[in-house]
Amino acid sequence: MRYAGIDVGSRTVKLAVLEDGRLVSSRTSATSHNPLGIARDLLKGVEYDRAVATGYGRHLIKGHLDCPVVTEITAFVRGSRFFSTECRAVLDIGGQDTKAISLDENGNLKKFEMNDRCAAGTGRFLEVMATALGFTLEEFAAAALTAQKPEKINSMCTVFAESEVVSLINQGATRNDVALGIHKAIASRSAGLLRRVATDGKIFFAGGVALNPCMRVLLEKETHRHVIVPPDPQIVGAVGAALVASDPL
Amino acid sequence: MADYTEMWKSLGIDVENHNALLAGLGQAYTDIFLSQKNRPEGMKYFDFVVSEVHGLRIKEIMDAKAQGKKVIGSYCVFVPEELVLAVDGVAVGLCAGAELGFEAAEELLPRNTCSLIKSMFGFKLGKLCPYVESCDVIVGENTCDGKKKAYEIFRPLVKDLYVMDLPQTKSDAGRLMLKEEYRKFIAKLEQETGKKITVQSLKKAIETVNAKRKAMIRLAALRAADPAPISGLDALLINQVFFHDDPARFTDSVNKLCDELETRVKEHKGVMPKGTTRIIVSGCPMAVPNWKLPMLIETSNAVIVGEESCVGERGTRWLTEIKGNTVEELLDAITDRYFNVDCAVFTPNPSRVNHVKEMAKNLHADGVLHYSLQFCQPYIIESGPVEKELENSHIPTLRLETDYSQEDAGQLKTRIEAFNERLKKK
Ligand code: SF4
Ligand code: SF4
Repeated sequence: MRYAGIDVGSRTVKLAVLEDGRLVSSRTSATSHNPLGIARDLLKGVEYDRAVATGYGRHLIKGHLDCPVVTEITAFVRGSRFFSTECRAVLDIGGQDTKAISLDENGNLKKFEMNDRCAAGTGRFLEVMATALGFTLEEFAAAALTAQKPEKINSMCTVFAESEVVSLINQGATRNDVALGIHKAIASRSAGLLRRVATDGKIFFAGGVALNPCMRVLLEKETHRHVIVPPDPQIVGAVGAALVASDPL
Repeated sequence: MADYTEMWKSLGIDVENHNALLAGLGQAYTDIFLSQKNRPEGMKYFDFVVSEVHGLRIKEIMDAKAQGKKVIGSYCVFVPEELVLAVDGVAVGLCAGAELGFEAAEELLPRNTCSLIKSMFGFKLGKLCPYVESCDVIVGENTCDGKKKAYEIFRPLVKDLYVMDLPQTKSDAGRLMLKEEYRKFIAKLEQETGKKITVQSLKKAIETVNAKRKAMIRLAALRAADPAPISGLDALLINQVFFHDDPARFTDSVNKLCDELETRVKEHKGVMPKGTTRIIVSGCPMAVPNWKLPMLIETSNAVIVGEESCVGERGTRWLTEIKGNTVEELLDAITDRYFNVDCAVFTPNPSRVNHVKEMAKNLHADGVLHYSLQFCQPYIIESGPVEKELENSHIPTLRLETDYSQEDAGQLKTRIEAFNERLKKK
């Protein structure tokens, strides 16, 4: 049997297909203004017996593809266990929100916290700051990794932080130091969110921002805990949804 | 519905804005309440009350005024309805639950003020609420800092604002203070109405209010059944109507509904299938028409089986013991009753979380959803210890902070669904 999981996030749509408990294919695509169309495109030519949707657009998909839904929280819990059986906490920094989740020893959802309404500390925040510094996302992380000493960023509001960045550069700060300061601000905020759900155990780092190598290093420093990043952190939610699809009915 | 335009105009209501409000309310009511399945027949009465909430009920109040009765409005469950009834007054609850007139309110208040307070201003400034406009006296109470400072700004906006002080601790001194405040309130009521509170009038008033609360206690207990005989939305509505309907008629209607629910329980009939996830909502009051959170919960495969709120058990669970043969002794009994109220403005406030635990047990709840209005310090700050204590007692708890806007509905829904997924795992 083949099971599909579709994760409709605010920035990307992800698809994962499982067969006999193995991940056989995965695809991602930018969400655009037409998430339903993107999901349909991703599913073109893909064979599966059952599908489950997750992500903020899950209910939209449910209405059109006639499949059950599960929240991102549960999807990340299941997905993280697929890649690592030893993690006890999951951090997902996505395009528009950040989630911290704790698991019990059997991998069941224990507690979760989410950031509030605004995009503070999310992938979107990083994008805006990278652009303000004239970096691509890859350059941005690399620059932060080579920085000497971080510049302190005081605001986590995307709009205020952007003007802070501009004025720091105008005062002569280096782009690299500012880049590191921004990464640190997000790492410490995420660590705070994580501490609210669990204070120890290995952390599984998922979502688009986990692709950023500097974030992982800083998170380990902030939390003094081991941080596991899967090979493709973006598809964890989709894999989790596919696992839910594979549950006996 | 009859045409009440003239009545509203005479009250000084902004008829145009008010029509928009009623239209919105009617639509929301149809979408949220009338679309529910397996509703008890007894809800028809409450549907009628809502459809006439600014019509027939206001007309009754106006008729009472024409007969010389005084209308006393209040914003908090600490203002004893018994005392108002004992001078033959009409008591109306004014807590407002909609994001209306907020721009006007924000000219007078900081933006970071809880929605309840902003709404209280918004309804007044927008000339939207016939209850507010019909009041001869509005009673403010010095509970949280937000409210007590807001009343200072509110005073010039209304005809007669009477502010009552409240204690902050459950101490002997606190109790004494509450009693003195109630004594002053009696003096105010007597002066306003020209009537004296007598042993007889006070006893009768206590009986009336007790009967009303008893009916609510009966309703609350019936919700322990699985399947739940009534939805949380409907039960909340009844708790909201509690504050402005005629007390005797309300009591009668709730008891009739309870008769029906008893039959339902016997026949194992419910609003949702047996085994549906059962949630208790605990925290800030939910004034009409603030139905967002309950609606999100009950459209996420869960049923609310209890409200630990002032619009809920915190407002109804204690009765006043009718003991004593003097007004003084009866006033003692009333003070004792109200002194139980475990609002988060008290410090410390352990009885509240104990009660949530008790409710979770008695109502066979799977989890507790703690609701705070954004910027409400007493409840938000207390939510941390409450969550900890409940989780330590193996009662899964989710804390949510929101306001009256709809912009966070998607996020809230994700959190609520995830919480339900957590509860189902067990
Ligand atoms: S929460 Fe406190 S202040 Fe608000 S109505 Fe209840 S008792 Fe009054
Ligand atoms: S909701 Fe909180 S802040 Fe608002 S009036 Fe009630 S106690 Fe005060």
